[in-house]
Parts: sequence; C-alpha cells; structure tokens
Amino acid sequence: MSLSLETMLQLTIILPLLATLGIAATGRNPNLREGVTIVTSLAVLYCVINLYLGLKAGESISVQWLAILPGLQLSFSIEPLGMIFALIASFLWLITTVYSIGYMRAHHEENQTRFYICFAIAISSVMGIAFSSNLFTLFIFYEVLTLSTYPLVTHAGTEKAKKGGRVYLGILLSTSIAFFLFAIISTWFVAGTLELTPGGVFDSSVNKTVLAIILVLFIFGIGKAAIMPFHRWLPAAMVAPTPVSSLLHAVAVVKAGVFTVLKICVFIFGIDLLSELPSTQFLLYLAGATVLLASLVAMRQDNLKARLAYSTVSQLGYVTIGALLATSAGVIGGSMHIAMHAFGKITLFFCAGAILVATHKSKVSEMRGIGRQMPITMAAFFIASLSIIGLPPTGGTWSKWFLLMGTIDTAQWTILVVLMISSLLNIAYLLPIPYRAFFPGKGFVADNAGIKEAPLASLIALSITAIGCLALFVYPQPLYELATAILEMREQPAHE
Amino acid sequence: MLTHLPALQVLIPLMAAPLCLFLRRPHLVWMFTLIVSGLAFLISVALLQQVMVSGPIIYEMGGWSGPWGIEYRIDRLSAFLSLIITAMSTVVLIAAQTSIDKEIPKNRQIYFYILFLFALTGLLGIVSTGDVFNVFVFLEISSLSTYALIALGKDRRALWAAYQYLIMGTIGATFILISIGLMYQMTGTLNMADLAVLLPEVAQTRTIFAAFAFFVVGVCLKLALFPLHLWLPNAYAYAPSIVTAFLAATATKVAVYLLIRFTYSIFGISFSFTTLPLQTLFVVLGLVGVFVASTAAVYQKNVKHVFAYSSVAQVGYMIVGFSIGTTAGLMATLLHLFNHALMKGALFLALGAVMYRIGSVQLSSFNGLGRQMPFTMAAIVAGGLSLIGVPLTVGFVSKWYLVMASIENGWWPVAVLILLGSLFAIVYVWRIIEAAYFKDPVAGKEPAKEAPLAFLIPIWLLVGANIYFGIDTRLSIQVAQAAAHSLLGISP
Repeated sequence: MSLSLETMLQLTIILPLLATLGIAATGRNPNLREGVTIVTSLAVLYCVINLYLGLKAGESISVQWLAILPGLQLSFSIEPLGMIFALIASFLWLITTVYSIGYMRAHHEENQTRFYICFAIAISSVMGIAFSSNLFTLFIFYEVLTLSTYPLVTHAGTEKAKKGGRVYLGILLSTSIAFFLFAIISTWFVAGTLELTPGGVFDSSVNKTVLAIILVLFIFGIGKAAIMPFHRWLPAAMVAPTPVSSLLHAVAVVKAGVFTVLKICVFIFGIDLLSELPSTQFLLYLAGATVLLASLVAMRQDNLKARLAYSTVSQLGYVTIGALLATSAGVIGGSMHIAMHAFGKITLFFCAGAILVATHKSKVSEMRGIGRQMPITMAAFFIASLSIIGLPPTGGTWSKWFLLMGTIDTAQWTILVVLMISSLLNIAYLLPIPYRAFFPGKGFVADNAGIKEAPLASLIALSITAIGCLALFVYPQPLYELATAILEMREQPAHE
Repeated sequence: MLTHLPALQVLIPLMAAPLCLFLRRPHLVWMFTLIVSGLAFLISVALLQQVMVSGPIIYEMGGWSGPWGIEYRIDRLSAFLSLIITAMSTVVLIAAQTSIDKEIPKNRQIYFYILFLFALTGLLGIVSTGDVFNVFVFLEISSLSTYALIALGKDRRALWAAYQYLIMGTIGATFILISIGLMYQMTGTLNMADLAVLLPEVAQTRTIFAAFAFFVVGVCLKLALFPLHLWLPNAYAYAPSIVTAFLAATATKVAVYLLIRFTYSIFGISFSFTTLPLQTLFVVLGLVGVFVASTAAVYQKNVKHVFAYSSVAQVGYMIVGFSIGTTAGLMATLLHLFNHALMKGALFLALGAVMYRIGSVQLSSFNGLGRQMPFTMAAIVAGGLSLIGVPLTVGFVSKWYLVMASIENGWWPVAVLILLGSLFAIVYVWRIIEAAYFKDPVAGKEPAKEAPLAFLIPIWLLVGANIYFGIDTRLSIQVAQAAAHSLLGISP
C-alpha cells in the first residue's frame, strides 16, 4: 500500500468509526464481529506505526478538516507527545480486543455488539485527541470520548451501574463544560489562538494573575486527569466490564486526561511561563496530595478493581506533577509515565478480570493461594506491580527516575518526599496480593488443586502486556527519544 | 410575481386557511396545509437569498408608499426569522395528521389546520411588516389562533392552560398596543423606519418612557421571560403535541424578534441601553430565569413540563445575549434562536411520538422505552445533548458565542454563570435517559412499538439539522452575523 501519511493520519480516526458500521452489520455473528474489530485495530496500529516512522524521519504531517467556527478548525498534526499516546492506545486496543474476546464470552456478557461499537468510537476519539493540533479539536474529541464511554461504564444496566454512570458522566461532563470550556474560551480570548504551539501561545505582556486562573481552570476542568476533588468518577467507573476498565480507565480515558494536561502545560503555556505562574505551586501540592491520599485510600480497598482504581488516581497525579514541574526532566518523566503506567495498569486490570472470570473472586481477601491455580496470571500481576511501584527490571523505573530528577532539578523537596512515600505505599497495597497468592501462609487449604487459568485469549493478552513492562525496561530508547523530542520542538520553534 | 414575494409569504397561508373548509376530508386538508407551508418555506428561502445579496426589500401594500401606506420591510433579520418559522412549521406538519388522529377528534381536525395556518400567518406577518400597528394585528391573529390550538388538547387541563395563556397574552398584547398608541401620539406615525427617525426628537419625554416600559413588559410576557413565564409550562404541556412542537420552535422566537426589532430598530440602542437601565435589568432577569427555570425543570414529572421549563431557561440565554448589546451578543442571540428552534422542535416532536404510542409523557411511562422505541429515544438523546451544548451539536455553537460575547464585553461572571446554567441541562436530560435505558418497563404493560415513519422522518430531519448545523456553521453564522451587523448599522 502506498498511502500518504496524511491519509494514514485521517484513517486512524476514521477507520474505527467505519468499523462501527461493520460491527453493527455483523452483530449476529460474533466471530465475524470480533474479526472486524481485530482487523480494524491491526490497520490502525499499522497506520500509527507508519506515522511514527514518518515522524522519526523528520516529516511534518498535518491535516485540516472543516472550520466549525470561524478561525476554529478541526485539524490534526503529529508531534512526539501525541505519538506516544497514539502508539500506546492503538497497540493496547489490539491487545484488549484479544483479551475481551476471551473475557466477554466467558463471562456471558450481554449487548456485546453495543460494547464493541462504543469501544471503537472511544478509540477513534482517542486518536483524535492524540493528533489534534489545536485545543478546539482536542476538546471536541475529549467530549466524544466521555459520551462514548458512558454506555460502556453502564454496560451492566443495573442500579449500581446506573449510579456509577451518573457519577462518571456528572463529573466529567460538568468539569469539562464549567471549567475546561471556560478555560478554552478564555485562552481564545486572551491569546487569539488555540493552536498548540511549541513554547506556548501567550505572550509575555499578558497579566500573570489571569493566566494563573486559566491554569487552575484547565487543571480542574480536565476531569479525566482525576485530580482531587474531581477523581470520584474513576472508582465509580469500575462497575464497567473489566476490558473497559483496563483499556479505557487505565489507558485511554485517564491518559487522555493527563495527556491533555501535559499538552496544555507544554504547548499552551510553555514550561518557561508555567514556572512563573503563582498558581503552579498550589497545583503541584494539590497533585501531590492526590498522589498521597489516593494511595492511602487504595490500601483500604478490599475490592481489587477499586484498589486499582485508586492506584490509578494516584499514578495520574505523577504525570500531572511531571507536567507542572515545568522542567525538561519532569516533562520527560511525565510523558514516559503515560506509557509505563499504561502497560503496568492494563496488565493489573487484565489479571483482575482473569481472576474474576476463572474463579469469580473480586475481593483481595479472597485471593490467598490463588497463585497455585493461576500461576501465569499472578506472575504477570507481580511484574506489573513492580512496574507501577517503579522497581527494576520493569519500565516504571525510568519514568519515576526522571520524575524524581525533575523534583531535584527544581528543588521541590516536598514533592520529592511525597513521591518517595507514595512508592512505599504502592509496595504496601500491591505486592501483598501476588505474595499472598503464591505464599498463602500456614493454615491455608487449597480448595482445588490443579491449574484453572482464564480463557486462552485473555491469558495471551495479559502475558504480552506483562512482557511489555519488562521490555520497556531493557529497551526504553524509542520512548525516551520521543519524550525528549517534545522539548526539542520547543527549542526550535516557528517551524509552522 | 417575484416582487410580490413579501406579501405572498403572508397572504398564501392567510388565504389558504378558509379554503380548508371546502376540502372537508382531514387527510386532504393535511396535504394542502403541508403544501402551503412548504410554499411559504420556499418563498422565505428565496427572500433570504435576495436580502443577503441586495439588502432590504421594501414592499408597499397596494402601492401606497410609506409612511402613509403600510409597507412590508424584509431585511436580514426578518428573512432569517421567516426561514426559521416556515422551516419548522413544514417539518412539524409532516407528522401532524398522524399525531392529531390520536389527540383530536375527527370533527375538529380541520379546525386544527385552519388555526395552524392562521397562527403561521400571524407569525410571518409580525416578522415581515414594517408597520407597528400591523405588528399588533398579526400578533393578535397568531395569539388568538394559538389560544384555540392549545385548547384543542385532549387533556381537560388544556382549557385551563389556554385560558391562562389567553389572560396573560391579552395583557401583553394590550400593553404593546398602549405602547404603540403612545408612540403614535408623540410622533404621528406608525411606520417603523419613520418612527426611528422621529422618536429621538421626543425621546426625553415621559410619554416615550412610558411607551417603552409598556412595550418591554408586554413583549416579555409574550416571550416568557422570567418572572412572566407562568403561562408557558402548562400551555406547552397540555396543548396537542404538534402544537407544542410548533410553538416551542417559533412563537417565543418571534417575541424575541419583536424585542430586538423595537429596541434596536425603533427606539434605538442608545435610548434602550443608555437612557434606560434595560441592560442591567435583562441580564439579571435572564440569568435568574436560567437558574430558576432549569431548577424547576429538574423537578418536573411530566416530560413536556421538563422541556417547557427548559424553554424558559433558553429564553433566558437569548435575553442575556441580547442585553450584552454588542454584535457578538446579538449574534449569539440570533444563533440561539435558530439553534433552539432545531433542538426543541426535535425534542417536542419526539415527545409527540411517545404520546402517540404510549398516550402519556409522564417520566414514569418512559421506563424501558430505550429498547421499545430505539429511534425515538435516540433522537431525544441527541436533542438533549444539543440542549446541554455538547460539541458537534448546534447547542455548542450557541454556547460558544454567548460565552465569547460576555467575555469580550468583560462580563466574566456572566460567562461563568452561563456555563454553570448548562450543567442543569445535564441533570434534567439525564433523568429521562436513565428512565428510558435503565428502568424496566412496567410489568404487564404491552411493549410499545417504534413510532411510525410519519414521526421518525421529521424527528430525524431535525436531529440531522442539529448535528449538521453544529458542524457546518457557515449558513447560520453568516446570516446571524449579517443580521446583527445591519441591526447595529455596521456595514459588512
């Protein structure tokens, strides 16, 4: 195939949308339907990889769609940060599809066609967010992502799902309209542009207080980044089927949030300006508090998915901290953490789902000795836990390394301590699970000997992501190159 | 022929109304009405094109030139409004026969169409004429036929609602008439263009102040601005579904038109906004209206009431945009006129479809409808998202302009309140969505079927328009901008 890169860029957004038609048409035949999803995700991944190679070769790729309002266009372009996000999302979409085939069937979920359709729309909007070249485009896809994932969160259709969906939608939609949109319109008014520009869009004459307020509005408005007090939607969304929790609430939705935060810090404010704003310090402490409190709450959760959810809230805080540190190490650490945490957390969720399917257990306290039954799953769980904590030999080491470097560079000692304590807390709430699973202690009687793993498709998926955690430790260079390239763009501005 | 379009626009529906009596068979009358309305729509498209290209059209009735004769004056604003009115009436009429078969006895169906045509005539007349007394006449034509249309509702409370509206509406119309009388007394003219020239000379008199006050109160009754909105919820809730859809999409819009026309073109912006504290008054009332009506909408049990209160809230937004008094503010109001017509038309038609199948629009009867009437409910979801102001729908475009206009004017708190107000919409829309998609249908009740095509076609036409004009905004923005410019006397 000899498609131009511009076409590929558009295909990443359009293909998943087209796939919804195929999924709807083949809804009666599950094999064909899942076939459509897998083929589409392969195609999207192919396009994204080609775009990555194009970016590496130094090509600048951008596409303009129609102007919705005068001066506000739907337009897309490729830059390293978006590339990281798109690569992760498209790769993990493929893996998740494999996983959900095993999970959804073994779990006898209903409305699977609707599930795959909404999933595809969500991925399309993630690609839109990753590649959007202005804030307006980004906002549109951000909202589409919220709405398309609502039916996924409430998939079960129960009273609990309805309540969860209410919190999910209520917080995400409210914050985005009341704060995010307001911040965008203010930016448009103050700067006269919403273009995501290396080095920021505000010139030095703008009143710092106004910008400080806009920054606060942005950080609160991006509810998907789950900064306290707007984090409640994430645990609430855990009523969703596990594949949704894993891809959307460990990767796509939450990463869309912190990705947007990073984008805004680097390309709207610019890190030089960011470090001068009076509200940055306050927001840093808020993010630090989120990291600590969420870790503490996670320790007290007995439901595994809830524990993982709070852990996600805490880890998202890391990325926000990385962005707000406004230093190169912080940005590198933050953007690498998007990838590292994605691999780690999706593995953990996959494992949680596998345990649920194989043994119908969802509580941590019931999981003693489960390692005998599900050795592969629990081994993957162990590796992923290490990555989340940030211990070698897993990828999480690198992102935490750079984040700590960032705090030292900027002499943010409090934040440094927060990150250290939080790592300890991570150990405390994650590691006992695989430990107890393999070493149940005295007096534990295994109810049935023999291995009873999750469906093969799910097992393959979680093994791949677990291996991914390890691979990212040995071979983080491509990711690191992309992460450093984000700031190199800043140093050589005005290439537009 | 083409030169007579401004008059034909109004005359065709007026003449068609009595002709309905000869056709006798309701289905024939329906076809006939639909054709008439379609014709009016085509005329308004032609007029809009002409006005956009070559400026205002002045048509002298019977060849008598103004200010003595009555002149029709079609400028961009008028053409824009008549496009909204005729487009909405035509789309709504597609579903009319199916809907009223269930809601209005056979022997009264012909009257429904006659009244509908009269109401259409009245609304078109108001926006076309260049004579203030003519405005009053057409206002009465449309109001009287509307009262009767509402009273046709199946529910007996429709009579009470119509009566309430009759009393309030008549007070409003009388106030407007008093205002017109006072202006005539001071200037000796009824021609709008002439009034605009003569009024400034006598602007500082108590009589003109009184005229202005009477007008503002009168028109605010008509456009249901908080706290003069009390007639609206019941009138919308108990009228036949088609009437609700038509009124919600057009009637309050025309009242907003009158407000804009009188304050900008006749009294003049400096008199309205500088001499008198209209700006402060309206921005406060508009915002309070948004919050009070939205809160009320959240607690309603009848879904028609929900959207009726939401209409009151939306009028609040239009008034806020109007009171900003800049091009951007006026544009926001005009855009919202258009966009709100699309949203509420779609929503009330969808409610009509529910009424058709279930016979009730109580929130509790929506339980389980998501599966039983998937297309109708999907339309309510889409319309609701537009009402909330989600991107890619028209609601977002309105909101963007409104917030932008307030920020440009330095009204930061107003911008915040506008955005906060739209959060209420999430709550009241989501109550309906949760009922439809998460609650099980009442046991023992026969499952409802999907609405007939006669409903689905117009509903989805409007939903399509909600999305189309949310993405391709060139038409609506261009016209709204041109209209706002010409009102403020800025040459484009």
